[in-house]
Amino acid sequence: MSAQATEAIDTKTLWGGGTSPFKVSYGKMMMWFFLISDALTFGGFLAALGFMRHSLADSWPVAEQVFYHFPFVPHHVHLPLLYVALMTFILIVSSVTMVLAVEAGHRMDKKGVTKWLGLTVVGGLIFLGSQAWEWSTFIHGSDYGAYKLENGAAAELREDGSLSIPLSMRDKFANYEDYDASTATLSGASAELIKESSEHVHGANLTRNEYGHQLYANFFFFVTGFHGTHVLSGVILNLIIFVNVIKGVYHKTGHYEMVEKSGLYWHFIDLVWVFVFTFFYLI
Amino acid sequence: MERDDTYEYSLDTHHSEEEGVKARKKIWMVTLILSIATIVEVMLGVFLPKTAIGDSAALWQSVKLAYVALTMVKAGYIVLIFMHLGDEKKALKWIILAPYALFIMYLLFILLIEAAA
Repeated sequence: MSAQATEAIDTKTLWGGGTSPFKVSYGKMMMWFFLISDALTFGGFLAALGFMRHSLADSWPVAEQVFYHFPFVPHHVHLPLLYVALMTFILIVSSVTMVLAVEAGHRMDKKGVTKWLGLTVVGGLIFLGSQAWEWSTFIHGSDYGAYKLENGAAAELREDGSLSIPLSMRDKFANYEDYDASTATLSGASAELIKESSEHVHGANLTRNEYGHQLYANFFFFVTGFHGTHVLSGVILNLIIFVNVIKGVYHKTGHYEMVEKSGLYWHFIDLVWVFVFTFFYLI
Repeated sequence: MERDDTYEYSLDTHHSEEEGVKARKKIWMVTLILSIATIVEVMLGVFLPKTAIGDSAALWQSVKLAYVALTMVKAGYIVLIFMHLGDEKKALKWIILAPYALFIMYLLFILLIEAAA
């Protein structure tokens, strides 16, 4: 203790004048600290999602049977999760253009930064538009809606009047007389009985969900919504920095560290989506 | 006095054209890896969908594990290469990763162990 107290270290050597024990600037370190706290929030969301879906496994919808639409493709063509996969790819590509902008910044290549950062903003906007489309599709629901049983299970109505049973809920319908296990559909008298005795639900929001348990819809809106808010603020941040790059603000300062800092945030958004893609959609 | 445990850092960590070529090569390499991982995930979803193999089948458990493994690979490349955490000082790297890993592993542990209804 006393030995340390006698070694007087002037603060300029330690923190004040361009030195840091971690060899990073203040701004970059604070961005990392913010990202850790943000990652804990998302970690909490995804852990809660895993917990709830496990305890409600027999009324939890299967994402493949919910997200099968594709823009400009007729509804009867089922393309399970393909559009979500495309959105994932778009976000990864926009992460690549961001890291290329950072690299161009290291070479003081103003033209390169402008090009790659501009493309990153475009990628972010495409992703946001895709998410808006996906929300609208989910809220709108399937073509004919579904019948919800009291235990939370759902049976989707088909054009011909039969009921299609989602994968995780098949045990609940296996005892019905007219249940066809090979196609997982229910028709005839049992289908009519369900239609008379249970509620017809069309679409999904925070108070009803035609696909199965209500919490599925709630988690969908909260997890993808919280991520989408991050994408929106990331696009705005990148746009402001993009304008500054064109104006030559960072070129005059002599470094493009601002692009690096917003780059950290943008990569984090991509990182979160990689986890959302796996734990909300794929598994 | 001079200290030997502090490091000079510079905001203008510029690199030359030559280093730039190298850096870009690395970026495209990682892009390729991330794309392949995503394509494998999509292929798994197309050829081994949960709806066809059943959610209680042993095969589905392996597919799930494959998804988690691919996700971890992607996360590793994004954090270490794209976010440059692999190039930072070891102390900073662990100050960021260790507390996070500790909290999340504890959360998952407590959910798995204490959550029996």
